[in-house]
Amino acid sequence: METAIAISGVRKTFRGSSLAALDGVSLNILKNEFFTLLGPSGCGKTTLLRMIAGFENPDEGGIAIDGIVMGSTPPNLRPVNTVFQSYALFPHMSVTQNIAFALEMLGRPRDAIRRRVAEMIRLLRLEGLSERTPAQLSGGQQQRVALGRALAPEPKVLLLDEPLSALDLKLRKEMQIELKRLQMATGITFVFVTHDQEEALRMSDRIAVMRDGKLMQVGRSTEIYERPANLFVAEFIGDANFLPAVCVERNGVGGRFRLSCCGEAVVELIVADANNIATGAKAVLVVRPERVSLAPLQSALLHGEVPEAIYSGSDLMLHARLVDGTLLRVRLSGAVDVPELVGRNAGFAMTGEAVRAFAV
Amino acid sequence: MPEQNLLSGRGNAFIAMAALVFLYIPIVTLVALSFNQNDLTTIWSGFSTKWYAAVLDNSDILRATKNSLIVAAVATALATATATATALGVVRSSSAHRGGVEGLLSLPLLVPEIVTAVALLMLFVLTGMPLGLLSVILAHTVFCIPFAYYPIRSRLAGLDPALIEAAADLYASPWKRFVRIELPLLSAGIFAGALLSFISSLGDFVITYFVSGPGSTTLPVYIFGMIRTGVTPEVNALSALFLLASVVMITVAFVITKRVADVARAGPAP
Amino acid sequence: MNPPRARDLALTAPALLYLTVFMIIPLLLMLYVSMLERAPFGGVIWGDHTGVAYQKLLFERDLAGNLSFNGDYIAIFARSFRLAAITTVLTLVISIPTALYMTTLSRRRAAFVLFLVTVPFWTNLLVRNFAWILILRNGGTLDQGLQWLGLTRESLDILYTPLATGIGLTYSFLPFMILPTYVALERIDKRLIEAAFDLGADRWRVLSRVVLPLAMPGILAGAILVFVPCLGAYVSPELLGGGKSLMIGNLVQAQFGASRNWPFGAALALVLVAVLMLALLLWRFLQRRMVRTA
Repeated sequence: METAIAISGVRKTFRGSSLAALDGVSLNILKNEFFTLLGPSGCGKTTLLRMIAGFENPDEGGIAIDGIVMGSTPPNLRPVNTVFQSYALFPHMSVTQNIAFALEMLGRPRDAIRRRVAEMIRLLRLEGLSERTPAQLSGGQQQRVALGRALAPEPKVLLLDEPLSALDLKLRKEMQIELKRLQMATGITFVFVTHDQEEALRMSDRIAVMRDGKLMQVGRSTEIYERPANLFVAEFIGDANFLPAVCVERNGVGGRFRLSCCGEAVVELIVADANNIATGAKAVLVVRPERVSLAPLQSALLHGEVPEAIYSGSDLMLHARLVDGTLLRVRLSGAVDVPELVGRNAGFAMTGEAVRAFAV
Repeated sequence: MPEQNLLSGRGNAFIAMAALVFLYIPIVTLVALSFNQNDLTTIWSGFSTKWYAAVLDNSDILRATKNSLIVAAVATALATATATATALGVVRSSSAHRGGVEGLLSLPLLVPEIVTAVALLMLFVLTGMPLGLLSVILAHTVFCIPFAYYPIRSRLAGLDPALIEAAADLYASPWKRFVRIELPLLSAGIFAGALLSFISSLGDFVITYFVSGPGSTTLPVYIFGMIRTGVTPEVNALSALFLLASVVMITVAFVITKRVADVARAGPAP
Repeated sequence: MNPPRARDLALTAPALLYLTVFMIIPLLLMLYVSMLERAPFGGVIWGDHTGVAYQKLLFERDLAGNLSFNGDYIAIFARSFRLAAITTVLTLVISIPTALYMTTLSRRRAAFVLFLVTVPFWTNLLVRNFAWILILRNGGTLDQGLQWLGLTRESLDILYTPLATGIGLTYSFLPFMILPTYVALERIDKRLIEAAFDLGADRWRVLSRVVLPLAMPGILAGAILVFVPCLGAYVSPELLGGGKSLMIGNLVQAQFGASRNWPFGAALALVLVAVLMLALLLWRFLQRRMVRTA
């Protein structure tokens, strides 16, 4: 697949700040993919997006769009369009005028503009609203107009800066599906910024997890979720259990780890990928709640009391307490019988490939 | 606010009403007496509009009015253009720059009019400039600039910078961004500023008194001259007309700025 | 913040230039003129620098050429100061209750009252003072009204007295004070007031301990807004005061009219500016003290 955007070694520090907003970021965004920049606030994801758009310039490093280095090219000369978090719809213009704006700026003939605007209105289900001004639209409608306005000029890349954050939950979920559908239908490269990891997992082809101006991991959603590259990603994405342990022995790629959570008892687990942790070194084992299963007490790896179980129809989430008080979260299918477990000791097991080990 | 009512009782309400009455009694008296039939002005003898007719027939008055309007129009045009440029240059600039500019701009508002009047007279006479319509226009522009500036600046400050970014993102050149986005969104502020500037120029007396010459009498200067020679019904009628015009203009300005503020406030709905 | 870009400087240059040429330079010129000698028929004689104009403020020469102290001008300054101070206090006294009342109104009502207060502010000062001539003159509406009510039998002779000037000044500057006072009161966090009442304070306590101190900076700003132009007022004393309550403004104007003593006029204007700067410094000082004790 070809590269749509090549970001290399980008650094940026804002005046008056001692911390770098972006600290040596390099990544390639491919054509036609739905790429997400994910991270907590202040991680630099919006700064990076604005740099692609041309609203900020890097102190070091560069950005190339479609093979052409951008340098300090201003935003109005870049083949990218942005959907802003606040939508930034022009309040003195109608929906039609907003959508037509870019095409007018590009000097397209009036007929072509009219046709394209009609197409966008249809695509984004804005029929009947074309003469309204932004003040007369609901949040969801404004969002769609912002999308239509940015898509109308057929940009090579569409940048979306947390576009769904102002919407209520239901609308948000609907728009997530809609955006994904749009991306697949138009084939335009989408670069999406969000702090909501569920949203990212749901919509993206690939995700870049960022923190404090650095890339923590870049990969497909499944990769990020199943094989987080570091503790931060493991913790930021999805739910996870963190079990302190020590590496007892190494066997090629894998190794044996003794868990520190179980008091007197020696509980050891063989992990498929020991992540290069040295023998004797301290580690944290990370396992997702849905990869922990119930096991008969006698042969179980871990024991714990289950003071709490949260039932939510499709899931049953157990909050078990291990011997030393460590919380173990276990996600089971909702079909499991609840009264049986609550208040009792239960046994838990997990497989070696389900566990990731990280050095501390 | 119910808790505010604890702070302010009937006493305050009475004083407030009295203050309003105090503010309007002279205005009402002036207008009422302008319809007085006789020429003793303050002793009522019947209703008549003949003094208005006399005023509208007086060629000196008409000339003075024309002068006032010309001065106000030109000074307003100059001041509004300058104020708009200044507001644009200051909005995203450093606080030192803005502080300096606004400090200088506020001088005409802070310095007593008599001082400004004398200073300007010095300038014109000592540089050999004749005292006429031009000197008045130049003098008026000095205080019209700050009057025009503040409404424009406040409107500009309320402008979402994301809108300009969005326009750039959508391929608008800097000039197009200014003409299609900034200017239309600023227009209410520019209009308010121009109106304030116009009204101040029309009503100015002290500065005009000092820097106008024989052929460049404006309406306030003329009225002053008339009052000096004695209280006559024509002065009364003229004053009432002037008053009415000011009230109409300020009401229009108020209504327009309020309506625009309401539209702007109705931002994205939930 | 970035340093001003070239574009920004270019945009603000016209205003800066205009005001320098038509405000700063004239003021400097005025300073220079005050140090020159007067010419016989108005204007100045360039070249000789002298402090004669300033000397005239305090001294006069008799025909023999002896200098003696002349308190006339100081008296005029004192009177102007007194009138300006009284006007400021009067407008304050009227404005605070009015503004308090306005804060109890709904937003729409308050906006309407604000509008009513603003309208006179924008109408012509001359016309407004002329209206007072009609009211205050002998046989004017005030006299007629009081006589009709049976309260007086002869004219009160108010016009052309310092009282008339004071009324005119108070009237002219009242809106200048109501607006900032209202804004300052309106800005106070309502919860603070609620909390004060909750803690058992009565209305007076709340007003004097909570509301007024918090609003004081804004109110003081209004006071300055009244005092400064009032000190240099020309129209009210000219139209309503007759020749008997000359203020600085009238004195200055006379130097450029009948008296034809330009350097003296310039000197007077500069002294006025100096007095005002002192007043402003005093205000700054008071403001800072208030912030410290708040």
